Amino acid sequence: MAENTVILDGTGVKRALTRIAHEVLEKNKGVEGLVLVGIRTGGVHLAQELGTRLSEIEGVEVPVGAVDITMYRDDIKGHHEHLPVGKTELPFSVEGKKVVLVDDVLFTGRTIRAAMDAIFDQGRPSCIQLAVLVDRGHRDLPIRADFVGRNVPTSRSENIMVAFDADNKPTEVILQK
Amino acid sequence: MGFRHKDIIALKDLTKEEIELLLDTADNLSEINQRDIKKVPTLRGKTVINLFYEASTRTRTSFEIAAKRLSADAVNITASTSSVVKGETLSDTAANILAMKPDIIVMRHSVSGAHEYLAKRVSCSVINAGDGAHEHPSQGLLDMLTMRQKFGKLAGLKVAIVGDITHSRVARSNIYGLTTMGAQVFLAGPPTMMPPGVERLGNVTVCKDMREAVDQADVVMMLRIQLERQGKTLLPSMREYSRYFGLNPAVLALAKKDAIVMHPGPINRGVELASSVADCDQSAILKQVENGVAVRMAMLYHVCGGEPVE
Repeated sequence: MAENTVILDGTGVKRALTRIAHEVLEKNKGVEGLVLVGIRTGGVHLAQELGTRLSEIEGVEVPVGAVDITMYRDDIKGHHEHLPVGKTELPFSVEGKKVVLVDDVLFTGRTIRAAMDAIFDQGRPSCIQLAVLVDRGHRDLPIRADFVGRNVPTSRSENIMVAFDADNKPTEVILQK
Repeated sequence: MGFRHKDIIALKDLTKEEIELLLDTADNLSEINQRDIKKVPTLRGKTVINLFYEASTRTRTSFEIAAKRLSADAVNITASTSSVVKGETLSDTAANILAMKPDIIVMRHSVSGAHEYLAKRVSCSVINAGDGAHEHPSQGLLDMLTMRQKFGKLAGLKVAIVGDITHSRVARSNIYGLTTMGAQVFLAGPPTMMPPGVERLGNVTVCKDMREAVDQADVVMMLRIQLERQGKTLLPSMREYSRYFGLNPAVLALAKKDAIVMHPGPINRGVELASSVADCDQSAILKQVENGVAVRMAMLYHVCGGEPVE
């Protein structure tokens, strides 16, 4: 029987996202040339939340897109049957843009590498920054996040899950042992 | 829900969920075909052999482009330039191709059932690109994708299929696929080209004349009269066929206002389709060709993880 511990409750998630929004603005000195790209599926919901906060603070709409990394995975041979493919929707050009890549949990870094490959196939951004709600460690690749909601040291056997409600709003972060 | 088949031989073998998965994948992959860089690394290192025993430019090119967009290495073998003309059997050809370690063989063959025969003898995946008068699953899937994009669903659609039903693998794949997905199929064609007992295939109605099939249809699918094959012996004249089973603006007006016209190509202009209909706003013929690449990408992607069906 899995044991669940709540790492961040609803209020904690909101605070973390608000803080990330301020850090993004501070690092980029505003939203000029900034676009948010969420990694399907959890990252897309978080990118939308982050976009709303940035717009509220700056009064300017920040474009939000979605990237599906299924076709860029490096473990395709390991899957007995292939994963369902999602849609990449970038309703803007990434050429010369400051891309903030958003995901729910940062783990091995392989998902982020795949997402960066997917973005570079669409154009050449001026830079890519990474925002994650939870960094759980255990990196296989030299990748680190620029903005982190919460660092949660975990063992490999544990699992981190970000829960969303029916409207795709993040509700809590759970550690499953 | 995953796709567990090693091969795709016929839409008759696939469940509603499996067809839906292939269509969803194709729909999502179609975005890749709109990019400047139309390539993803998914099947890097995989080898796809297009083994075509029958002439086909459109299907072979479509499979080749699909394989290349997924970064697979695609090799084309056409029967006229291979050892087939020297008398090699399909079994020997398969053994020799297999020795070169391909991952997927895409085959077109004039004999119905050739793919099933091949799939049982090779360890790699086999995709049917048309076998005799049996099935043409990639065409059936791209047709269904085109309809689903237009109407948002397949269940409840009225689809008229007009022409040589007996010899059409396109018609057979569409009948299996569409009835599995809950669409209603209405068939019309000369009595010499209507297989007896076709009603038993599912939600299929055979109509006495073409107007009855097209009346209030959402989709009008015209089949090609295969002039190079049986056309001459089963029809009094092309002119008569065109008069009774050709789609012209007057007959198309019987269908729903937003109906689409489909054709697997190549078109015999003025025979099964009036030129004005082939080029009208309701024509989805080029959209079918466009969707062909995405559907074939989805098929190549999903067979790579499947296993043989016992």
